[in-house]
Amino acid sequence: MATQMTDGHRRFLQVLMSHGIMEGSVARTLHRDCCEIHKVYYAHDKLDDFINVVNIHLQPFFMQIRKGMSEDDGRTYYALVNLAETEITKMASDYTENELELFRKTMDVIIVSENGFASSTNILNLADQLKTKKMKKKEAEQVLQNLVQDKWLSERDGEYTLHTRCIMEMEQYILSNYQDLVRKCNICHSLAIQSQVCETCGIGMHLPCAGKYFKAQTEPHCPHCNEFWPHEIPEINRPDSQLPSSAPRERRGTSSSGTRRR
Amino acid sequence: MAAEEDWALTQSASQVQRNLERLLPAQVDQKVSELVQYLLVKDQKKIPIKRADILKNVIKDYKGVYSEIIKRAGRTLQQVFGLQVMEIDAKHHIYILVSNLPRLEGENLKQDDCTAKLGLLMVILSFLFMKGNAAKESAVWEMLRRLRVDPGVRHEVFGDVKKLVTEEFVRQKYLEYNRIPHTDPPEFEFQWGARAAKETSKMQILRFVAKVPACWEGWRGELKEGEGSDLGGA
Repeated sequence: MATQMTDGHRRFLQVLMSHGIMEGSVARTLHRDCCEIHKVYYAHDKLDDFINVVNIHLQPFFMQIRKGMSEDDGRTYYALVNLAETEITKMASDYTENELELFRKTMDVIIVSENGFASSTNILNLADQLKTKKMKKKEAEQVLQNLVQDKWLSERDGEYTLHTRCIMEMEQYILSNYQDLVRKCNICHSLAIQSQVCETCGIGMHLPCAGKYFKAQTEPHCPHCNEFWPHEIPEINRPDSQLPSSAPRERRGTSSSGTRRR
Repeated sequence: MAAEEDWALTQSASQVQRNLERLLPAQVDQKVSELVQYLLVKDQKKIPIKRADILKNVIKDYKGVYSEIIKRAGRTLQQVFGLQVMEIDAKHHIYILVSNLPRLEGENLKQDDCTAKLGLLMVILSFLFMKGNAAKESAVWEMLRRLRVDPGVRHEVFGDVKKLVTEEFVRQKYLEYNRIPHTDPPEFEFQWGARAAKETSKMQILRFVAKVPACWEGWRGELKEGEGSDLGGA
C-alpha cells in the first residue's frame, strides 16, 4: 500500500474540510472522483486505506479523519477531527468566552439528560446565569443559531442535542471530562448522547443500534438483564445496514484490525 | 502590539536559530500544529487571518521563533492539504489559504456554490471594512485578481464575476455599488449593503476586524455601543 500523499488525497482532504462532515456514500463518491482526476490507484472498497494514508500525515499535527455514526439515522460519517483532549480547540477561536461557557453548560445539560436533549428554555435560563458575562435572550438565540450552523449542536422541535460532528470531534474530551456521567452504548460501546435505556438495569443503546439489534423481534428483551425492553424500536431502512459483515463497523478510527459484527 | 510584532519579525535567521535551540522540539511542533489548525479553522469560515492575531492567539511566548513556525506551518499546509498561505493585504499582513491543486473543469468536486460565493463576499466585505467602509471598484478588482478571481475572465465557480459582484450581491443588498460623483469617465465604488450590516456573517467579520490596530479606534467604539448593532449609515 502506497503511503505517499498525492493530490488525490489532498483534494479529498480539502473537500472534506469544506463540508465539515460527510456522509459515507458521499465520501465514497469523492474518493472515486479524487482518484480519477489525479490518476491515483483506486479500489472501491479501499476508502479506509486511502484515508489511512492521509491520517499518517496528519498524525504529527494531532488531527485525524475519523469515521463515526450518526445517532439519528445510524449512517456512517467522516469528519476531520483534532485529537487534543484538553480543550475545545476548534471552537475557541470562533466563539467568545461567554459563548463557550454557554456551550459547555448546554453540553452538561444534554449529557446528563434522559434523552440527550436540552430545551431552548433551559438553555436561555443558562444564558442568564453565566459567570463570564450574562447573555440576553436575543444574543443567546443567535449563539444557538451559530452553534447549529457550525454543526456543534443540532436542533429538533426547539430542543438541542450534540451534532454528529461535535460528538466525533469531542468524543475523547467528553469521555474524559464527564467520565461516569456519560452513557456508552451496550451494543457498540461508543459514547451515546441520545439513547434508549433499560429501566431495570440501566444499560443504554443508541437508537440505530437498538434498531439493528432488535430487528424483527416481536418481544424485545434487554440483552443485559433480559427484562422486557420498554421502548419503541426504531425502524432501520437504510441500505447501509445491509452491508456484508466483512465491512468494518468501528466507531473510532479507521484501522481495519478486527471487525465487529453488530 | 505593533512593537511586539516588529520585534518578532526583525529577528535575524541566526537569532531565530539560537532561539530555536533553547526550545524542546516537541514544544515547537506543538506550536506548528496549533498554527496549522488555527489557519484551517479561520479559513474554513472564510475569515481572512491577521498576522497580529496569529501572534497574539497562537504564537504567544514563541515570538522569537515566529518565522520558523510559520515556515513549517506553511510547508505542512502545502504538503498535506495542498493549500498555500497567501497575503491579501501586504500593509496589514492579512492572509487567506488558497488551494494550489490544479483547477477543475467539471462540477462534481466544487464546494457548495453558496459557500464559495459567501467566501468571496466575505473577502470583499472585509476589504471594504478596512478601507473605511468604501473602496473604488478598481481597488476591489485589483485585490480579487491577486486571489486569481478576475472580473474580466469567466470563473469556474463564480461564473461572471463582475455580474455576481455588481449585480447579484448588490441586488441581495450585501453590497452597494455607487457612482462616484464628478467622475468622468464614471467611476464606481463599493460599500457595505444594508443586508451585510444585519446578517450573522457580519458578526464574524466584525469580530476579527474589532481587533484591528488603533487607527480604527473610531470603529471599535461604534461596535461597543449596541449589541450586534449594524454599521448604520454604512
